[in-house]
Amino acid sequence: MSDRLPVRKTYKLFIGGAFVRSESGRYDRAGEFNIPRGSRKDVRDAVAAARKAAVGWAGKTAYNRGQILYRFAEALESRAADIGAERSDVEASIDVLVHYAGWTDKFQPVLGGINPVAAPFLSFSVPEPTGVVGVVAPDSPPLLGLVAELAPALAAANTVVAVLSEDRPLPGLDLGEVMGIADVPGGVVNLISGRRSELAPALAGHHALSAIVNATGELAAEIDKLASESVTRVRHTSPATDYATATADPLSRLEAVTELKTAWHPVGA
Amino acid sequence: MATQEQRTSIVWDYAPAPESPDHVRLRDSYGLFIDGDFRDPGDGTRVQSINPATEEVVAEVAFAGPGDVRRAVEAARAAQPGWAALSGLERGKYLFRVARLIQERARELAVVESMDGGKPIRESRDVDVPLAAAHFFHYAGWADKLSYGMGGRAVEPLGVAGQIVPWNFPLLMAAWKLAPALACGNTAVLKPAETTPVTALLLAEILQEAELPPGVVQIVPGDGAAGATLVREPDIDKVAFTGSTSVGKNIQAALAGRGIPLTLELGGKSANIVFEDAALDQAVEGIVNGIFFNQGHVCCAGSRLLIQESVAETVVSKLWDRMGRLRVGDPLDKNTDVGAINSREQLERITALVASGEEEGAVRRTVVCDLPDRGYWFAPTLFTGVAPAHRIAAEEIFGPVVSVLTFRTQAEAIEKANSTPYGLAAGIWTDKGSKAFEVAAALQAGVVWQNTYNKFDPSAAFGGYKESGFGREGGMSGLRPYLRHDVSDPGVTL
Repeated sequence: MSDRLPVRKTYKLFIGGAFVRSESGRYDRAGEFNIPRGSRKDVRDAVAAARKAAVGWAGKTAYNRGQILYRFAEALESRAADIGAERSDVEASIDVLVHYAGWTDKFQPVLGGINPVAAPFLSFSVPEPTGVVGVVAPDSPPLLGLVAELAPALAAANTVVAVLSEDRPLPGLDLGEVMGIADVPGGVVNLISGRRSELAPALAGHHALSAIVNATGELAAEIDKLASESVTRVRHTSPATDYATATADPLSRLEAVTELKTAWHPVGA
Repeated sequence: MATQEQRTSIVWDYAPAPESPDHVRLRDSYGLFIDGDFRDPGDGTRVQSINPATEEVVAEVAFAGPGDVRRAVEAARAAQPGWAALSGLERGKYLFRVARLIQERARELAVVESMDGGKPIRESRDVDVPLAAAHFFHYAGWADKLSYGMGGRAVEPLGVAGQIVPWNFPLLMAAWKLAPALACGNTAVLKPAETTPVTALLLAEILQEAELPPGVVQIVPGDGAAGATLVREPDIDKVAFTGSTSVGKNIQAALAGRGIPLTLELGGKSANIVFEDAALDQAVEGIVNGIFFNQGHVCCAGSRLLIQESVAETVVSKLWDRMGRLRVGDPLDKNTDVGAINSREQLERITALVASGEEEGAVRRTVVCDLPDRGYWFAPTLFTGVAPAHRIAAEEIFGPVVSVLTFRTQAEAIEKANSTPYGLAAGIWTDKGSKAFEVAAALQAGVVWQNTYNKFDPSAAFGGYKESGFGREGGMSGLRPYLRHDVSDPGVTL
């Protein structure tokens, strides 16, 4: 007979590297757990945290970012059993992280390069992070649907605010805990659970957001309209269902969250 | 308003050297270019395109009504499968022909561009027209190499592109839009700007002469309403717009939920940063080029001049001196530096913003010079004592007006440069190489010029950060907005 009372986990939002309750104090029930129901204010706090973390993350070398993403994969592998998602979902997510860990120092020459201009200048175009990327994760698969959009944004040196699966937020919230041990700096990834219809518009309409990736197949018109207020970049995509669909067109995912900068430097006198 | 003593040299030091318009053969009236021929407007109108330097009529031009726009889209739709089915090489050969014909008719195109838009002939002759030809030449060569430009992915065209171009570089922007769209196998409906439709119609003649298959390109001049109709057409697959940020936002909102790929090249308030270690005389030439090129009607104009405090007085004094030597007047005169303001409406906008600068307390200096009696003119103007919150420091003036701000440290320069919703371009003037690279990397701008300004090339990507738009034109990156990844063919096997 086991009399020991199990210790239940308190799920929290992940904002600025800290685990916090929704400022609204609201929660929803998911099985035996209480899940914070994030608010518009939580979204704003998360965008502010992501904006604050953006310079440091973009300032790391591509090699360093690759190692951090790879360590993220390592950490997820070691915690795979603790994630409240199907094993296949977790494994595909790990592999997607490994895939994009390798992109961090490779997409630049693929998307940019030296421009052979007809004048005495060294002209080159380099993809840079667009800044803070919003991800609206699909309901399913609960982990890969998120990681497939999160990983390219991070690989391209952006910081992220993600609205998690509304049906199954636990795997996404678990992922925040994995990040805590994976050297992903605080604020680089921010995770919010709650009602998509409330959170996604707050995210899309935030003027400090640079781009939004919507993998839900819903809310397209509303997100587009709100994004237009500050010329925010938008990518709508269908949910990644397995490793193959998450990595079938990585360049499109990377392009959607980068800005090509062209520099001209004089050559000669 | 501070003034300068009346210049005495400008009027007499050069004899007039007008470019002859004799070889220009304009029709009295141009129809809408739809399905390979010039057509009478159905529900549109006919308007006079005015020379802003003389207020005389350049030509009568048909403006498209909603039904005309629909007709143009239908023609583009009908022609698209055939155009896409051509081999890349054959598509490219049409574009090479177009490039060659632009070169052959370069002189005529340059003169008409200056007549219709007011820009100095020196610029239309040396910049607009040669670059337009170069864009067609560049993308002609891409037509049979598209997957190489797309990271090895198998690609297919999007379909019918609706393209809207502004009045500041009419022919060049038409080339920027049409060349990549066509190379990728799309057909197009191009709407030139309300005040400058004529060279696009000459381009239509060139397309006929090149025997481009009917329907591949439609050119339908019109006002903003025609553009609004075009982007709302149900049967388009792509929208590309160059123009103001406010209209760009409207277009983005109008396309909401439709899943139509969009490219926006919008406004700017670009910082031109002069460090104390710059070659100052060279920098002054660059400042002049940055803000007075094309009367400042340039989306990437260096309209916010940031000067390091230690050299600010010197630079402003040299700049003011140099501004006094700019020749303002007849766009067709080969010695003219600053031509006519494009339209009465734009002149009013510039005048209003400049007035706000004075009201808000900035110190205005405007070059005193003889301006023609007719036409729309604004003499080169410099503001000092500008605070970042002033409208002239924050809003796009789109005229020959530069606002001077100062900074002490490199960090402050970067912060001030980035402190704007825009992010199109920037200039850096320094003789320290490592500093130039460091600052260039820190600026949120799509194009950064070091010790130069307003350089363009068909092989180099151009486009903005933030509210200056998204998507790029030029080079390999200019292909992506007109192609989709062909999912039926995986291309690169992973």
